[in-house]
Amino acid sequence: MTLKLAPVLSRAWDEQDSYTLEGYRRREGYTAIRKALTEMTPDEVIGEVKESGLRGRGGGGFPTGVKWSFIPQGDGKPHYFVVNADESEPGTCKDIPTMLANPHELIEGIVIGSYAIRSHQAFIYVRGEVTHVARRLLAAVREAYAAGFLGKDILGSGFDLDLTVHVGAGAYICGEETALLDSLEGRRGQPRNRPPFPAVEGLYASPTVVNNVESVASVPSILRNGKDWFRTFGSEKSPGFGFFSLSGHVARPGQYEAGLGVTLRELLELAGGIRHGHRLKFWTPGGSSTPLFTDEHLDVPLDFENVASAGSILGTRALQVFDETTCVVRAALRWTEFYAHESCGKCTPCREGTYWLVQAYRRLEAGQGDEAELEKLLDICDNINGRAFCALGDGAVSPIVSSIKYFRDEYLEHLRQGGCPFDPSRTTVWAPALTGAY
Amino acid sequence: MSTAELGLPAVPAKGYPQDVKERLDQDADAVIARYPVKRSALLPLLHLVQSEEGFVSGDGIKYCADKLDLTTAEVSGVATFYSMYKRRQVGDYHVGVCTNTLCAVLGGDEIFATLKEHLGVENDQRTEVSAGVPEAQGRSLTLEHIECNAACDFAPMMTVNWELFDNMTPEKAKQLVDDLLAGREVVASRGPAVCSFRETERILAGFEDRRQDAVHGGTIAPESIVGLRVAQARGESA
Repeated sequence: MTLKLAPVLSRAWDEQDSYTLEGYRRREGYTAIRKALTEMTPDEVIGEVKESGLRGRGGGGFPTGVKWSFIPQGDGKPHYFVVNADESEPGTCKDIPTMLANPHELIEGIVIGSYAIRSHQAFIYVRGEVTHVARRLLAAVREAYAAGFLGKDILGSGFDLDLTVHVGAGAYICGEETALLDSLEGRRGQPRNRPPFPAVEGLYASPTVVNNVESVASVPSILRNGKDWFRTFGSEKSPGFGFFSLSGHVARPGQYEAGLGVTLRELLELAGGIRHGHRLKFWTPGGSSTPLFTDEHLDVPLDFENVASAGSILGTRALQVFDETTCVVRAALRWTEFYAHESCGKCTPCREGTYWLVQAYRRLEAGQGDEAELEKLLDICDNINGRAFCALGDGAVSPIVSSIKYFRDEYLEHLRQGGCPFDPSRTTVWAPALTGAY
Repeated sequence: MSTAELGLPAVPAKGYPQDVKERLDQDADAVIARYPVKRSALLPLLHLVQSEEGFVSGDGIKYCADKLDLTTAEVSGVATFYSMYKRRQVGDYHVGVCTNTLCAVLGGDEIFATLKEHLGVENDQRTEVSAGVPEAQGRSLTLEHIECNAACDFAPMMTVNWELFDNMTPEKAKQLVDDLLAGREVVASRGPAVCSFRETERILAGFEDRRQDAVHGGTIAPESIVGLRVAQARGESA
């Protein structure tokens, strides 16, 4: 049997002090930084990460080392290293526990990444709605400064780095990297036109790398163990490991760190299956912005290529699982209301489109109108998809188009019955278990 | 009746009294020093003024504008974009119920409906200081339904001052708000005892909790290590 689970970032989270400097040092913490800063040149670090094949873990999947190599060198401008810790994609819940339990591995990754791109100022942009994560990050940064892993002349290498924890203020759109940069500059978080890309003109119009928490935190393990070790996990084009976050109607939800390419069926076996007495209906492979899958897709290997060929996106590996008690129209409507709420207002297709989607959807869920309403919904989607300024618009239409594709008759049933045919009380965690007595 | 209700433009804010300004300046200058360009300090400064007043007032906007050489219009434009900055006074506690799809389906909708009825408030409203729980003694809270808060494996989840409350039920939710209003200590599922909304906002401005042990609050949750436990049982490591 091939090795399936790969607890790397989560390897010592069961230790009481896993989040402290001392706890991290007991598990080879801050050994990769020494190797990078004293034995390797910045270009060698970039090369190692590039050859490991690590791809962005925030949803995009862009190769991390390649991103680093785009930063122009010798340009005389300051460079910035920014961590995207704005985890807000519905279903995604991996970076928050990572920063709670293991903030130092992230900081070590930041030092290595900043050294590689020749940056002397780094930022962690963390979403505002997690007070305890802010506490843990602020304390970890203080500890790292005191131990000489941040600040001037780190480990006697002559390399200086300052790290600022920047707490956001509630805006999903700030997970989009250019909106994040505007927000970090003290502005409304709205996406920027590209090009120029952040690698050329990012923060303060200077070359900037923006990487997800999990991507950056994976870097120390690659330097400790080598790029070949990293490639023993995952597949040729999707190497390495990552968190698969199971939530919803499963017996044991939570974080499963595994090689890329596991399937939902394999994960459900570890997680005790769908909650007792129920069966799988639909799920998201990588958050609400990725088209829904159904029980047809239980054996799709969850890596970038295979999920894409099956018609969805690997995204953030946020597996939200819903059983047969759940109305797909209710689920998709709620996501649509989310996108309408979070649309930043910059571009017309998204701002107006998501508003009208909600209006049409509410009528549909209430069983009003006829089949033409469904076509109108798809028509609005068509006017958003690929026409919005950033990916939020594309994400907004994903649950709609995919749910109509797989569950068209369920939409029509709402119209036939003049309302929702489902009983919402059966979906809750505390709904009485089905025992055959119904 | 306020001038806004009469359809008149708001009177320009006078700004904070000198003593408040001097006290805030210490923190504000420390915030500004963290950034190569000072406008970057705006988000934390808005958290800071929210820690002073429990919301972002006209005086708070003027304070940020003066500190950063911006116009009040520029600061207002930013403050109104982000959902965590409040334009009305928040109670002693901000209580959030996640009603994004997954939490809603697993029970968040029922929890939110239960709390609205229990507290007699609608979304984004503050409880009457005199009403509700008799022993509240002037304490109040603001109830709001919130978007996905990255705790989906703990659904349905809630927040109090943005601390995480996992695996909630309507009964646990009612007990939680009753405890808050009665002034009883409430401990987050993955975190320390909650402090007030204003004290929380100072942490979000980037300052460590004044309670030195707070950072150590909370133990790892079973959900966060469910995969690790399986791997350990199967003898798999990386």
